[in-house]
Amino acid sequence: MAHAQRYEQLKALMTPYLPEDVNPDEISPESHFINELNINSAHLVDIILDVEDTFDIRLENEDMDAMQTVKDALEIIDSKLRNQD
Amino acid sequence: MSRRVVVTGMGVCAPNGVTLDDFAKSLSLGKSGIAFQSELKDKGFGCQIAGKPDITNIDLNNYFTPIQQKGLQASGLVYGVIAGKDAWLDAGLSPSSQEEPDWDSGIIYGTGISGVDKFREAVYLVDRGDTRRLGSTAVIQTMASGISAYLGGMLGCGNQVTTNSSACITGTEGILMAYDRIRSGKAERMLAGSCSDSGPYVWGGFDAMRILPRNYNDNPEEGSRPMSANASGFVPGSGAAALVVESLESAQQRGARIYAEILGGSINSGGHRAGGSMTAPNSLAVQRCILQAVEESGIEAAEIDAINGHLTATAKDPVEIKNWCQALGRSAVDFPYINSFKGTLGHCLAAAGSIESVASILQFKEGRIFGNRNCQQIHPLILEQIEASRIPRETMDIELKIIAKASFGFGDVNACIIFSACKEN
Repeated sequence: MAHAQRYEQLKALMTPYLPEDVNPDEISPESHFINELNINSAHLVDIILDVEDTFDIRLENEDMDAMQTVKDALEIIDSKLRNQD
Repeated sequence: MSRRVVVTGMGVCAPNGVTLDDFAKSLSLGKSGIAFQSELKDKGFGCQIAGKPDITNIDLNNYFTPIQQKGLQASGLVYGVIAGKDAWLDAGLSPSSQEEPDWDSGIIYGTGISGVDKFREAVYLVDRGDTRRLGSTAVIQTMASGISAYLGGMLGCGNQVTTNSSACITGTEGILMAYDRIRSGKAERMLAGSCSDSGPYVWGGFDAMRILPRNYNDNPEEGSRPMSANASGFVPGSGAAALVVESLESAQQRGARIYAEILGGSINSGGHRAGGSMTAPNSLAVQRCILQAVEESGIEAAEIDAINGHLTATAKDPVEIKNWCQALGRSAVDFPYINSFKGTLGHCLAAAGSIESVASILQFKEGRIFGNRNCQQIHPLILEQIEASRIPRETMDIELKIIAKASFGFGDVNACIIFSACKEN
């Protein structure tokens, strides 16, 4: 699975969690989930579960702590998938 | 401070109707919402019939965001939000602005237990060491106050937002709590409602107590028989209803339609004394509750045109009639008209008081009293006390002016409200 495709998948699964006043087009690799995209921290828990289901990986507490931006999340997903191969 | 309090909006999600119009039509025609539930048969229940709102044609997108719908398994909460939002709209109200809550509006929305199916899922996850997979909504769907918390955010209420719980009087009690809060000037309007989950995990305990009818699995619509000679237990139900309870001043200022005035009411407990117990009412307390409701309302017992009883279709129905007779000092042909909506709804438990209050008030609007279903043969002990003509078996056209509504619940708790057709319209 290509990195670019994973980015699109991640954007798609995040979109429903965005507050009404945040446009999905505003998502960029640098976007901070909480500070910039205004995602409710409780919803971040659900995004993590969706990431696990979508990419068939398991995220540990330290992974969650490290996932501050979209790019962080992608890197963690990439590395988990690499380790599976 | 003592202000007049009225009902300006209603919403319902009942086994036999999910809009006010459908609900009123079903009640007029005696259309039952009780059906065979294969799930109960599969699980070996003695009683395999129940009342469950049909929400298959309801677009949940009108009530919940896509994210709120994800993993949403709390059926009572779904019913409650449908009824609550509908009531708010029906009252001509809209959610507060995004910037500031409406400090004058609050919510008292009760339930017996919330999100049982969600809780079951959580138990399985926790027991297999998968707590991390619970997600963010396991708490908010299963906390008792989930329903008031969801609606509080949807409507932007800034006054008291809470959940009461007192078994089968929950809904009736909530309306009276809202009435008190408005009357004393602490709020202008309160959404008062109650809801109850559907399903085997809620109803199972009652089946185990052997208080549900077991002989109507092939004939579900005949199963709930309040005041009938062959009543054999209550049929479990579920659903929700909500009423916008408002100060008369505020209602008049807004030019709101007024369905009814709440003249007064009373809540008490029999303390499990003098024949009362966890599951049986202390008759003295019941009579006292009714009498105090009448006194607080400033009316004479003789002015009550109709009663909507608790009347669940158990052996206790004749005792309830006796308590009404004693409390009101009225019997035989002098007794008010009396009905029970449980013949078509089943007993909606925590939701019963609110659903039946909405039904009671609809009788003012419709200009009729809704008939009692499945009561062809009235219980002989009831006929010893009141005339058969007082128990309409069919819906009758009549302009009711004052209706008394009571609910009684496990824990020996009682609530009685006096509604009147509002003259201020």
